Amino acid sequence: MNKPDHALERYNFSERANHWMVAILFVLAALSGLALFHPSLFWLGNLFGGGPWTRILHPFMGVLMFLFFLVLALRFWKHNGINRTDRQWLKQMSDVLANRDDKLPPVGRYNAGQKLLFWVMIVCMLTLLVTGILFWRPWFADSFPIGLVRFAALLHAFSAWVLIAGIMVHVYAAFWVKGTMGAMLSGKVSRAWARHHHNKWYREVTGDKRS
Amino acid sequence: MPTLNIQRRSATTTTPPQAREHVPPVAKLIDVSTCIGCKACQVACMEWNDLRAEVGHNVGVYDNPADLDDQTWTLMRFSEVEQNERLEWLIRKDGCMHCADPGCLKACPSPGAIIQYTNGIVDFQEDHCIGCGYCIQGCPFNIPRISKKDNKAYKCTLCSDRVAVGQEPACVKTCPTGAIQFGAKEDMQFYAAERVEDLKSRGYRNAGLYDPPGVGGTHVMYVLHHADQPELYHNLPKDPHISPTVELWKGWTKPWGLAGFGLIALGAFFHFLRRGRNVVEEGDEPAGTRTARHPQGGDSHEQA
Repeated sequence: MNKPDHALERYNFSERANHWMVAILFVLAALSGLALFHPSLFWLGNLFGGGPWTRILHPFMGVLMFLFFLVLALRFWKHNGINRTDRQWLKQMSDVLANRDDKLPPVGRYNAGQKLLFWVMIVCMLTLLVTGILFWRPWFADSFPIGLVRFAALLHAFSAWVLIAGIMVHVYAAFWVKGTMGAMLSGKVSRAWARHHHNKWYREVTGDKRS
Repeated sequence: MPTLNIQRRSATTTTPPQAREHVPPVAKLIDVSTCIGCKACQVACMEWNDLRAEVGHNVGVYDNPADLDDQTWTLMRFSEVEQNERLEWLIRKDGCMHCADPGCLKACPSPGAIIQYTNGIVDFQEDHCIGCGYCIQGCPFNIPRISKKDNKAYKCTLCSDRVAVGQEPACVKTCPTGAIQFGAKEDMQFYAAERVEDLKSRGYRNAGLYDPPGVGGTHVMYVLHHADQPELYHNLPKDPHISPTVELWKGWTKPWGLAGFGLIALGAFFHFLRRGRNVVEEGDEPAGTRTARHPQGGDSHEQA
């Protein structure tokens, strides 16, 4: 039954480039943001040329990240609707974590974990953009009431925490599930990977009726 | 002032030197009831600190400039209010209150950009300032201002340079009516009590000292004829304290936020250690089965 494993295309160049622009900007925005979040990480500001440069650059990196993310989100929007199978998948989180993939319901282009991350990212990115503008100095912060500015700073830190935590899980999951990193680097996944992890998607793109 | 005299430092999680614990806290006492609104203090402040605010426009009241800014560290605020069916012209010298528990210092993310001396003076170190404006968010009195020229935050230093060599602040030195006094905080409280008593004997039943406990007391205090209504004096807050939002933002969220990241990283590592990577072996998977093979656990069923 074995046949040569021709790779399947999962992401084209434009999608990969888009993803990695978001990723690079995320790393820059996160490092500069963390420098301002906790004194013990203030030294991270040196990576950006010191405290004032960190303060100047951080919002621009954030806004750029948001713009690239917006394009990415619009591209993948239609693949990320959460359905009943996804809820079942989430209920079986212990099977997911224990690599008992054979017990899981068949997955389409994205599994429920990926979809959940997608929506968390959207909420976080929007919150970060809006709250960030509210206390962006020297341009915008003075135009808003101080109570709102204070709340924005708190919410900004909170959503940044959720975003960074989410990305940590995202990066680990990409390492954990072998072949996933390659999908975003070369754009290709093996048929076996696709059949195993995204069976419904595999059948869609190959026209293969067997599960 | 020598660094030995720094008792608190922004964005610093360890304890600064505490050896000098017998430095008496200082205070500036502003007796609103004897202030005539001459603005000599404003001029003295500009002169000593070499500040030159832009000449402003008349905005319909005597306040000039209209607001504090990077060149205006103290400002006379004129309020026309009705009290006991009489018009009262309340004049308050506005500026940094030098809180014992300073919100600006708490909010500042740049180590050493805001310091508090053992004598209680809260001082900005502009060379460490990054211009983020968090001090503005932290301040319960709306005092710090960021310069449009250099994006650094400025405010009254309580003439820390003069105080360090045993002189009183410039505004105190110049006040022609003695409405501004300076000395040990204890002495100022004692003097204020006399003033309050005098005001009470003259019919100001609610006269009192403004030294708000919400911020741990302040090193700039007011004698007010209407201490029960500080808002009359150009919205001097009745019970100032660091905003709970700022407390939360700069309080436990910081250490716990970092701990959370650490736990996620640790959790991921131990998940890898326990379960290994999820590997689909290429090519040898017959179509029709979806069983993964794992390098560490063999067949996935064995891991259940």
